[in-house]
Amino acid sequence: MKADPKGVLTGVHFLDGDHAACEGALAAGCRFVAGYPITPSTEIVERFASRIPTVGGVFIQMEDEIASSIAIQGAAWGGQKVMSVTSGPGLSLMMEHIGYAAMTETPSVWVDVQRGGPSSGLPTLPAQQDMMQVKWGSHGDYEVIALAPNSPQECFDLILTAFNLAETYRCPVFFMMDEVVGHMTERVVIPPAEQIEVTERKWTPKPPGAFQLYATTPTDLVPEMVKAGDGYRVHVTGLTHDEKGYPAMTPAAQDRLLRRLKAKIRTQAEQLVDVRRDGVEDAHVVVLSYGITSRVATAAIEAARARGLRVGHLRLVICWPFPETAVKEIARTAKAIVFPELNLGQMVREAERVLAGTIPVLSVPHAGGTVHDPEVILNAILEAAR
Amino acid sequence: MNESNVIDLEREFDLQNPVMPYLRQDRIPHIWCPGCGIGTTVNCFARALTASGRDLDTIAIVSGIGCTGRVAGYLNLDSFHTTHGRAIPFATGLKLANPALKVVVYSGDGDLFSIGGNHFVHAARRNMDLMVVCVNNFTYGMTGGQVAPTTPLGPTQTTMPFGNFEPPFNLPFLADACGAVYVARWTVYHVRQLARAMQEGLQKKGFVFIEALSPCPTLYSRRNRLGDGVEQVKYYKERSTIQHGADTEAVGLTYQGDITVGKFVDRERPTWLEAMNAHFTKVFGETYVPYGGAHGQD
Repeated sequence: MKADPKGVLTGVHFLDGDHAACEGALAAGCRFVAGYPITPSTEIVERFASRIPTVGGVFIQMEDEIASSIAIQGAAWGGQKVMSVTSGPGLSLMMEHIGYAAMTETPSVWVDVQRGGPSSGLPTLPAQQDMMQVKWGSHGDYEVIALAPNSPQECFDLILTAFNLAETYRCPVFFMMDEVVGHMTERVVIPPAEQIEVTERKWTPKPPGAFQLYATTPTDLVPEMVKAGDGYRVHVTGLTHDEKGYPAMTPAAQDRLLRRLKAKIRTQAEQLVDVRRDGVEDAHVVVLSYGITSRVATAAIEAARARGLRVGHLRLVICWPFPETAVKEIARTAKAIVFPELNLGQMVREAERVLAGTIPVLSVPHAGGTVHDPEVILNAILEAAR
Repeated sequence: MNESNVIDLEREFDLQNPVMPYLRQDRIPHIWCPGCGIGTTVNCFARALTASGRDLDTIAIVSGIGCTGRVAGYLNLDSFHTTHGRAIPFATGLKLANPALKVVVYSGDGDLFSIGGNHFVHAARRNMDLMVVCVNNFTYGMTGGQVAPTTPLGPTQTTMPFGNFEPPFNLPFLADACGAVYVARWTVYHVRQLARAMQEGLQKKGFVFIEALSPCPTLYSRRNRLGDGVEQVKYYKERSTIQHGADTEAVGLTYQGDITVGKFVDRERPTWLEAMNAHFTKVFGETYVPYGGAHGQD
């Protein structure tokens, strides 16, 4: 279906990434946000708080991130499209409820404007240090989807995708911004509502009585949804549950549920690939990147090409699930991979796992606080090309 | 023997017990111990639902974790068993997303006032339109009888093996101070009064708090040699005094001491949603469309 025009601020704007993400969420139909102030994400909720009264919806500043991260899930079961917004320390507080969203299959978008950590770290400075936390941070086995925009325009465009994926897959979807992307101001084009595709919730056509909360089919592992107040008398629990949603404390029920929760994403992993390739086909060295680091990498790659090197760029727009096939394919032609990240080596482990020693993978770590110096990435490319 | 003379006791029970239609019968038997009072409060709640005359499709129940946290799972309503301590913020989101719902939070003292204490004080401050029922058994039952923020001074708990030396919360005083519009305390001896309070709570707009004292014979009573569930109910009967409108500061509980019960607070204050809509109407004028329609306004 098309976007509700009430939430779409059509036009050409000069916006920072935080504000653009907020506009993207409104365009996607998000009408409930619960948040707690935290640098460098606060501008998103500030803008939502000022925009939502006239769009029609609710913003509530909760007492902490724990409350925010469960209030959005109550609102999702009340029928709204929902988002919470935070940065590292808040994300750490939200972890239990990311597991609740995964377990109860509550469609939800989680924006993390990353800053340097651990702990309070560098509140006003960038990092990409939460990439593994969003995948593995809550206890138990589960899958998530994570996107990494690299510009204010992408903050608008890709958060729409994030909302749509949350509805399609009914899992937590992370929007992995960083301080630089959040605070850089660029041109943002917001199209008319009729050009914006919005995924409706997977409402069940079945009447109460014929509906089971977590019933799925072998070909469709995502259950249909209902909301409270529609007469279905659902029971939702974070305990291991059966198709009815009732607690089922057996190894068999646990096995069935966890395997489905993983499979509903894993079996669709190839559909969920969004990589941007530049000169990868005949490259000797391929740079992997995501988020803000992709823009720094571009400068380094251009410098290397100016020296006559065949260097490709594979940018991950969707980081989770990790694009295994796309990365594996690189080994056919390239002799090495360079992977700069604003952390001390996180997603590079995925590349190493997938490539399994077929070609060398050079991590270009950075502890955060600013972006890489392009020369550091260039030097890694030169070393890899040797 | 004529077949029609055979009485199917289970069927008769189902037909005659007015509570059965409110339960998810396919989830019975429940997990609660013999002599536990939680089931009694559920019985009262079911009777309050009947008396309220509300369409049950418009009521949702949210629980946290613990013995009382299991209540949501047994009631045949839209029901949500959330995480430990977080029933109130989940209920806040649910209520604000669908203001036509009456949202009831039903949980235990440890869940609501230890791990969830911050959410309680803020929801009461905001006057979020929620009815909060706290079954207070002075202990953590599901994990084996640890000290709670409600445990009176004195009794032994597994994590207070030499007797509790931490002063407990006075829950009605806390709720009152934070701004709840309705505050009552009853015990599982006072089943009619408790059901009546729940009925009033279902009809009241704003943050409603009902404390229901309940025995935990398996852990709290046994460890402290207080007898079985019946003994505790006798204690409630003998030592309770009904005092409506009592000063909540004076209703704190002591170990096996006197209990003040009654409806302590019943007042009016705009709910969070009413306040938001009234404020935005003032700010934006006639162009503002009140959120939640008739359910968002007083």
